[in-house]
Amino acid sequence: MSAQAVALPTPPPIEPERTLPPALWGTIAFLVSEGAFFATLIVSYITFLNRDITGPTPAEVLSLSLVAVTTTCLLSSSFTIHAAEKALKRGALGGFTFWWAVTIALGIAFLAGTAYEWTGLIRDDGLTINTNLFGTTFYTLVGFHAFHVTVGVIVMLTILGLALRHKVTAQQENAIAPVALYWHFVDGVWIVVFLVVYIIGR
Amino acid sequence: MAVAERQLDMASQAAARPAWTAVLHDWVTSADHKKIGIMYILMGTVFLVIAGAQALVMRWQLVYARHDFVSPDVFNQLFTMHGTTMVFFVGMPMIIGMANYVVPLQIGARDMAFPRLNALGFWLTLFGGLLVYFSYATGGAPALGWFAYSPLTTKTFARSAATDFWALGLIVSGFGTIAAGVNFVATIVTMRAPGMTFRKIPFYPWTILWTSVQILIAIPPLTAALIMVMFDRQLGAHFFDPQNNGSAVLWQHLFWFFGHPEVYILILPIFGIVSEVIPVFSRKVLFGYEFMAAATMAIAFISLGVWAHHMFVIGMSRTLDMYFAVASLLVSIPTGIKFFNWLATMYGGRISMDSPMLFCMGFLAMFLIGGLTGIMLALAPFDFQLSDSYFVVGHFHWVLIGGTLFGLFAGFHYWYPKATGRMLSERMAKWQFWLLLIGFFLTFGPMHISGMLGMPRRIFTYEADRGWELWNQISTIGAFIQAPSYVIFVWNLVWSLRHGRPAGDDPWDAYTLEWATTSPPPAYNFDQLPVVHSRRPLWDAKHPDDPDWQYE
Repeated sequence: MSAQAVALPTPPPIEPERTLPPALWGTIAFLVSEGAFFATLIVSYITFLNRDITGPTPAEVLSLSLVAVTTTCLLSSSFTIHAAEKALKRGALGGFTFWWAVTIALGIAFLAGTAYEWTGLIRDDGLTINTNLFGTTFYTLVGFHAFHVTVGVIVMLTILGLALRHKVTAQQENAIAPVALYWHFVDGVWIVVFLVVYIIGR
Repeated sequence: MAVAERQLDMASQAAARPAWTAVLHDWVTSADHKKIGIMYILMGTVFLVIAGAQALVMRWQLVYARHDFVSPDVFNQLFTMHGTTMVFFVGMPMIIGMANYVVPLQIGARDMAFPRLNALGFWLTLFGGLLVYFSYATGGAPALGWFAYSPLTTKTFARSAATDFWALGLIVSGFGTIAAGVNFVATIVTMRAPGMTFRKIPFYPWTILWTSVQILIAIPPLTAALIMVMFDRQLGAHFFDPQNNGSAVLWQHLFWFFGHPEVYILILPIFGIVSEVIPVFSRKVLFGYEFMAAATMAIAFISLGVWAHHMFVIGMSRTLDMYFAVASLLVSIPTGIKFFNWLATMYGGRISMDSPMLFCMGFLAMFLIGGLTGIMLALAPFDFQLSDSYFVVGHFHWVLIGGTLFGLFAGFHYWYPKATGRMLSERMAKWQFWLLLIGFFLTFGPMHISGMLGMPRRIFTYEADRGWELWNQISTIGAFIQAPSYVIFVWNLVWSLRHGRPAGDDPWDAYTLEWATTSPPPAYNFDQLPVVHSRRPLWDAKHPDDPDWQYE
């Protein structure tokens, strides 16, 4: 039949779309929600800054020298986890395990510093979550950040265990990337918390 | 087939039918987006019946001045649970459930990006709802109102653990909602069929993408604020405790920073549903696709900056009042664009009034009225007069029922044949529609008048000489006209499962990919991943001589 002799229109070829893998998009979306969560806590901290009638105040009890050390630990761990990722991409599993372990050690050092700081605040300065607004907002903000660091350390310890049993390979780059992204996010939040709590608010 | 053979066949089918425990196990452990979507919707339906019954009790209490059908305390619990349930455990699950079912099919994917996270999200939402209802086990539900203003949530005024269950339940279900948001973003961004660029994506997934963005930004502040409530109550913190210089107003800001985007979370997906149904039943393409897409983004962003229009009467500065009034009015521009595009889609089309289109018509008319009262309330001086009055109750029920619910019903009637392989009864659908429309008008119309006459919301009774009784009686009659429409709807869902007309794969002669597979679809959705060249891939498949991609 003549109608069929007329060729049907052929669609243009399809260009493959290049985008990040689902796990990374999921992580980014999750971190957006985490950002909104921390933003709320930070806004509350700023709202209640200098509104206390009773002490202790941030200027009286917060030690900048201690937190300078813990901040250095946490921020440098962003570089070490990046080194671990690069080592994994190169296929250098020994290097990956080394830098990964260093990152965990720095995270634990940060948590130890926080524990030391809190012990002093609670025992010597008598500052708890129900002492005043400073206590309320400080422990909530810094506490939730420390909780996120703890979760990161637990996840990284799990991966370290797998790496020591030679179960992490260069092909698992996509499984490692979300953890690293999360860790960078936790570091980034700390920069804001550090500025708000220890520099501006002190 | 011979009779004996057929009997044998039926017998073997009966034998092959698995035990109910096996079926239950299959559903409970499922990570299939279609089953999870249906479970979300069943959850929403059950809570709809519960919260609807609560509304009927409240309406009966208000039918006479000085009526004492329920005590004031019970009345306070009823409106708290009614609001909380309808927003978090009816609206959200139905919207997320429908999107769960439809979005992967429409974008030509085999499942969501993270199927197990999807299951986790559903179960967190369900158990969050159960936790909130656990509050009844403490001797009574919380009596806070759904926005739970401080100091009502402090230990002084809410002594029982009911408020803790309420807060904990909302935190848990909030995690479920965030899980769904994360999943939708990853799915829609990375799993579209080959060729389906963001310029060619069907409109419904596009609205779900921006709804998810709103979920990711708006739900966590609520979670944080609820955690603060828990810290205040359990650890003696002072966030919302004015006696220690805490701030009750901060709670209002945090709650409405969530609360206003929330109402757009409840309406953007509806815009998506309506934008799928109207073109199919007008036999045209969606008018102004690009403008519709941009308007969706605009609404998603503007809605994040308008929250304090719920708080005009707390005494903000004049500047803030003006900012929030103007920002709120801005929302009407993209919404207006959408409205005119829907009308332009219908203009000159061959419109068929099947039940999905009927509900879309209801949506267009009712949502317009709700939008107009919204513009009235966005004007700060007007709001000073009518804040916390029945006018507000009338307004938001008009958008939530006239908008969200009518749109959801359009979606139910449109996609039920895909999910079950059977058509819903059109006769029952028409009864449902007209009872709902008439009952809805009678219930919520008079509330605008009683509100203007000064009736505050949330009062459990009133004096006879205020002139409110007649309007309340009409409202109550309306509520009891609405009630059977929901019964008919649920009965239609159940009855049609067995007795509905077989639907076939594509009963509406539609344009999008979900109709390219069988009804109901197999667990893997598509034998082969479809390849897409235009916004109406199924039109292209049905009309190879005149495909859409030539014109886009």
